[in-house]
Amino acid sequence: MADEVKLFGMWASPYSRRVELALKLKGIPYEYIEEDLSNKSSLLLKYNPVHQKIPVLVHNGKSIPESLVILEYIDETWRNNPVLLPRDPYKRSIARFWAKFIDEKILITTRKVSFTTGKEQDQAMEELSEQLKLLENELKGKPYFAGEAIGYLDIVVANFLVFWFRNLQEALGINMFTKERFPIIFEWIEKVVAIDVVEVCRIPKERHLVYIRTRLEAIKSASK
Amino acid sequence: MATSEVKVLGSWPSPYAMRPRIALNIKSVDYEYIDEKLWEGKSQLLLQSNPVHKKIPVLIHGDRKPICESLIIVQYINETWSAGPSILPSDPYERAVARFWAAYLDDKWFPAVKSVGIAKGDEEKKAAIAQVEEGLALMEGAFGDCSKGKGFFGGDEIGYLDIAFGSFLGWLRVTEKFNGMKLLDEGKTPALVRWADRFCSHGSVKDVMPDTDKLAEFGKMVIAKIRAAGAAAERH
Repeated sequence: MADEVKLFGMWASPYSRRVELALKLKGIPYEYIEEDLSNKSSLLLKYNPVHQKIPVLVHNGKSIPESLVILEYIDETWRNNPVLLPRDPYKRSIARFWAKFIDEKILITTRKVSFTTGKEQDQAMEELSEQLKLLENELKGKPYFAGEAIGYLDIVVANFLVFWFRNLQEALGINMFTKERFPIIFEWIEKVVAIDVVEVCRIPKERHLVYIRTRLEAIKSASK
Repeated sequence: MATSEVKVLGSWPSPYAMRPRIALNIKSVDYEYIDEKLWEGKSQLLLQSNPVHKKIPVLIHGDRKPICESLIIVQYINETWSAGPSILPSDPYERAVARFWAAYLDDKWFPAVKSVGIAKGDEEKKAAIAQVEEGLALMEGAFGDCSKGKGFFGGDEIGYLDIAFGSFLGWLRVTEKFNGMKLLDEGKTPALVRWADRFCSHGSVKDVMPDTDKLAEFGKMVIAKIRAAGAAAERH
């Protein structure tokens, strides 16, 4: 029986893109369904009734929501190269720890950076800088977060930082995430974007800038 | 394996700190438990072991760097002591289901339980209680799917989701006690009520589950502190 793989996603979501990148790196054929988040499809609500969010992977009719859960599912189901999570249990826990740190802590700080100004924003950027430094430390002595080849944490960081955050900072008119301040991460970025499927999964920049600016405006006026 | 090879830094009222201990018990791994009295300040060992979050639980295994985040620790324990009973199912889809529900409990459900305790006014409290009950109804359904007629979410034996959910039972019972109501109700979620008894009396759990009355006393102290801090902030 042929495998049927569907991905419900959204073009501007780094969480959705991280699943696409994992599928493409493993060479898994899939059908992509773009969701309009202002008008969610009945299929999405059926496949993710609890959270009603993308991404959702549907494999032979079984649905798996939550991007980090999906990444582990992909790695455990399609065991071909690249193996996304390290084999060593200790290294796996470190990869999982930093992915969680990005999705929980770094995300909150980027929100603070987006929605504050003046001194408050400076403080938020300082906090973000410290968090990014911690992440950068994990790269020391290795070409990729996962070691010799791209893996789970590289996928998470690439989508969050490289594709999403760099556009966000441009839309905000700030420039804190630079080669000068984060030389090791930028060296890693060059390696990652040279991988052809990574470029294919990149969020289209110009469209993304417009999207971010529109969303920021909408959120700011809603909170007035 | 020498007892001092494996250390768990925890705090007795913390549901998260219970999780690595249950997992180590399931695997019959000896460990040294170090109790942190967090309300008196954080020890040097904790600050050194978890500099990023400064939180318990922390697992220290031999001379490896410490591992943090309770569910990440549970998976590490499962993968390191692979000879013992498996804590996660072997099927990738069933593993994804267990991970999904554990994340839901941590991110959405338990925060709602906590809100019941610190809710200001009846409206807020009612809303929080409704969320808790909605979550319990979902978990009753999940139990049916995951247990496949057996006694635990993990089947015949306690697994990842039993540990994730069961560790919250102490605080759920305290919430019921403080509000004079039943949240885990035989009429609404009969399978969960029976599961909860089975879980709490399990050999790997019973010595680690705090006594409800002791937890309630502790809860009163915490709520008083939060309210005092809130009142002090409002006075400024």
